[in-house]
Amino acid sequence: MRNLLSDSLKGHDADYIEIHLEETEVTTIAYSGKNLEEISHTYNCGANVRALVRGGWGFVSFNGLDGLKEKVALAVEEARLTGKGSFELPVADPVVDTVIPRLKRDVTKMSLAVKKEILDAYNEIMLTVPKIQSTRINYQDGRRRTIFANSEGSYIEQIKPDLTLQLVAVARDGSDVQQARLSLGSNGEFSEIENLHAKVRELAERAVALLAAPPVKGGEYTVVLDPILAGVFVHEAFGHLSEADFVYQNESLKQIMVLGRRFGRRHLNIVDDASIPGLRGSYKYDDEGTPSSRTYLIREGILEGRLHSRETAARMGEKPTGNARAVSYLFPPIVRMSNTFIEPGEASFEELLSEIKEGIYVKNWYGGTTSLEMFTFSGGEAYMIRQGKLAELLRPVVLTGNVFYTLENIDAIGRDLQMNQGGGCGKGEQVPLPVSDGSPHIRLTRCVVGGRQ
Amino acid sequence: MDTYKDLDRERLIDRLEDILNLALKRAEQAEVFSVSSRTTPVRFEANELKRVETRESSTTALRIFRQGKIGFAVAVGLDLYSRNRDELEKLVDTAVETSQFGSVANFEFPSSQNRTAVDVFDPTVRETSLDKMVEMGKELILKIREHTPQLLCDVTVNKGTNLVALVNSQGVHATYQKSSFSLSVEGTLVRDTDLLFVGDSQSSCRVPAGVEELVSRVIRQLEMARRNASLSPGLWPVIFTPRGVAAALLTPLALGLSGRMATQGTSPLRDKLGQQIFDKQLSIWDDATIPYGIGSYPFDDEGIPGQCSTLVRDGTVCSFFYDLQTAALAGVQSTGNGRRIGSAVPRPAVSSLVINSGQVSFQQMVEDMKEGLIVEQVIGAEQGNVLNGDFGGNVLLGYKVEKGNVVGRVKNTMISGNVYELLREIEGIGRERVWVEGVLLTPALYLPRIAVTTKE
Repeated sequence: MRNLLSDSLKGHDADYIEIHLEETEVTTIAYSGKNLEEISHTYNCGANVRALVRGGWGFVSFNGLDGLKEKVALAVEEARLTGKGSFELPVADPVVDTVIPRLKRDVTKMSLAVKKEILDAYNEIMLTVPKIQSTRINYQDGRRRTIFANSEGSYIEQIKPDLTLQLVAVARDGSDVQQARLSLGSNGEFSEIENLHAKVRELAERAVALLAAPPVKGGEYTVVLDPILAGVFVHEAFGHLSEADFVYQNESLKQIMVLGRRFGRRHLNIVDDASIPGLRGSYKYDDEGTPSSRTYLIREGILEGRLHSRETAARMGEKPTGNARAVSYLFPPIVRMSNTFIEPGEASFEELLSEIKEGIYVKNWYGGTTSLEMFTFSGGEAYMIRQGKLAELLRPVVLTGNVFYTLENIDAIGRDLQMNQGGGCGKGEQVPLPVSDGSPHIRLTRCVVGGRQ
Repeated sequence: MDTYKDLDRERLIDRLEDILNLALKRAEQAEVFSVSSRTTPVRFEANELKRVETRESSTTALRIFRQGKIGFAVAVGLDLYSRNRDELEKLVDTAVETSQFGSVANFEFPSSQNRTAVDVFDPTVRETSLDKMVEMGKELILKIREHTPQLLCDVTVNKGTNLVALVNSQGVHATYQKSSFSLSVEGTLVRDTDLLFVGDSQSSCRVPAGVEELVSRVIRQLEMARRNASLSPGLWPVIFTPRGVAAALLTPLALGLSGRMATQGTSPLRDKLGQQIFDKQLSIWDDATIPYGIGSYPFDDEGIPGQCSTLVRDGTVCSFFYDLQTAALAGVQSTGNGRRIGSAVPRPAVSSLVINSGQVSFQQMVEDMKEGLIVEQVIGAEQGNVLNGDFGGNVLLGYKVEKGNVVGRVKNTMISGNVYELLREIEGIGRERVWVEGVLLTPALYLPRIAVTTKE
């Protein structure tokens, strides 16, 4: 294979060329109430070529390796149509390596019977809770094997398993429908989704409890976020704006996102790190063959770094960080997060609550999205805080913020960092990408919470 | 694989029949579905041509009934024309393996049915050259920036062709070709730490006559967002533009009208058939037969003819939309809405949703408002309990109205509501309808009140 690829890369008039080969196998199991809606196995095999000529890119994705040399030629031709500038990619040291993960209970080695048995049990637990109308379970595991080769002589083979499980309990009373959700994931470690029976029951009971819960009154509140939602918050509130491809071609944004600008108080540190082993966003090399690294986005409240591909780093005169990733061979690599988190501070959970007269404690995540400046994130479980104590359960809440003042409004950071592995990140058409995010409990003042008037 | 001659189609059907026959040695019924696609996106970033791409892929899916249970296997990139039969055998083996754990087959694959033709293929899409696509992108950027020179535009011009084929053991063997062409633009304007995002898109099975329509829509957004304005928290009248309808109201409505949710008992509409739930002015259809609609098809991904179903007529819920499995659970017929997302099994999904037009012009709606909000784009609208019809989010692009005039863009503003409460009373329905993303044809909707929360 190595010879085939290096032969195909030779003899083209381009500044840079790379080839990705990919083979994935995915098992999906989905329930809709009692009904097992899907149990399926997908095998997917394909490749792509990316070429750079005078700063313009060509990209071709396809199935089957017949005529690989012609595909390379097509990508080069597209790049030539595009490139009019004088940009050159700085040469990187070639890497030759093979990366194979080591797992205790590798999901790709578990039988379908074992997987189905555990999901059956969870479904049964939810369905037997009174007032539960229905459930949804989406389980997916996969194994992605990639080979990367480029015109600089790199040849990297990586195997990356992945696992996600989403459980939803739906309760109903008349035409009122409430739901509670749990999203989990791992780097292919099956034990992460075992022995959750008590948690699953709690989830179903919470869906039922939501039927009696009041919706929140909209307004500005002091909110405390649990580590899971705070992780989504940091991903949306700052992570995306740190992706250099949003910035590097926009002079005005470059001014705003100048290194050294203050975004938060001295206690705030935000990191992206794909080199931590064992998380869903972990990898040794990104999809451009750059080794992964730990990047401080914010250190002591000040913008210190950003996430780069080789191109964005070169164009901004900074170092590549190993954050160029593609969801599959159908797409070119673009700048993405990996494992993104707020570093722990010193406050205990009780201390975070103690000074709040009227506020909201929000746990778990429903979702989050950003426009870079303004962002929203939502929690599936929320409680009023009154006189420093947790009070009544609320219906799910949607919160919003603005990157230019909300980070500054983080006035306390807990000490209990946890990573959330249940999310998938979307950017443009590339979704879902395995990432993780995390944080300790944090407190935000003056946060806008949508709701009844 | 640019255009498919009849001969190519016959050859494809033959190969799918081979898989079918292999499967039928071990299964009672079987279905093979295949889709091959080629798309060519041309991308501009920050006003400059950045990347040209070609993407080809083909997916083959096998569904079987074995010992009364459903098995399912998918191969992307399977070489149907290879002499090596191992991969075909493997596909059948995998389907057989999953069937051991599969649910009980409660339906039959359809037999051959009369289909009326639906136009979804235009050969001029394929003939549109890369140079022409680059020209369209340049023209789009140039004309928008004539209005606002500081705007940075990301533009995608994309063309594509698909070949869909389906064979089953009950006698269906059918194919169709579909073309697609889309233009999309997102413009960014940075004023200090104030970021404005404008943008819109257009998709169809045909090449648009020009870029003018998209240009004028984006310029209108820029005009209305020229200044910033603020709205105080409270209940305010609201106009959802067609894109606003898509951003905020479409998902909860489509979930509520899905046969899947109705059958599970999780749609608030599940027992409301024949009841008036919405304002009498409102009707909604799912229509797979609109000529050259991106959501249109002659048959769905299970071989059932595409059709036009009335979901809501004059405010009354008339029907839900179904695929084969969900229809069987509900004891009704499939409405031809069995759709496959990626490699997944077919599930009920809309083709194109259509909302009726009304009598009022957009200008009249605005003039009617003493003070209120226009919603064009929302982020986070699907992050609440959409199943219950709830929606809420940050108004990414929206405008304040004062005394019948648009006075500027609102920011840091949240809306929230419930579609079933909100659409019970409609102040006015726009007389002009617009396609949003090629899958929703809707007018603007003027509603008497919505809850607004803002930064104080």
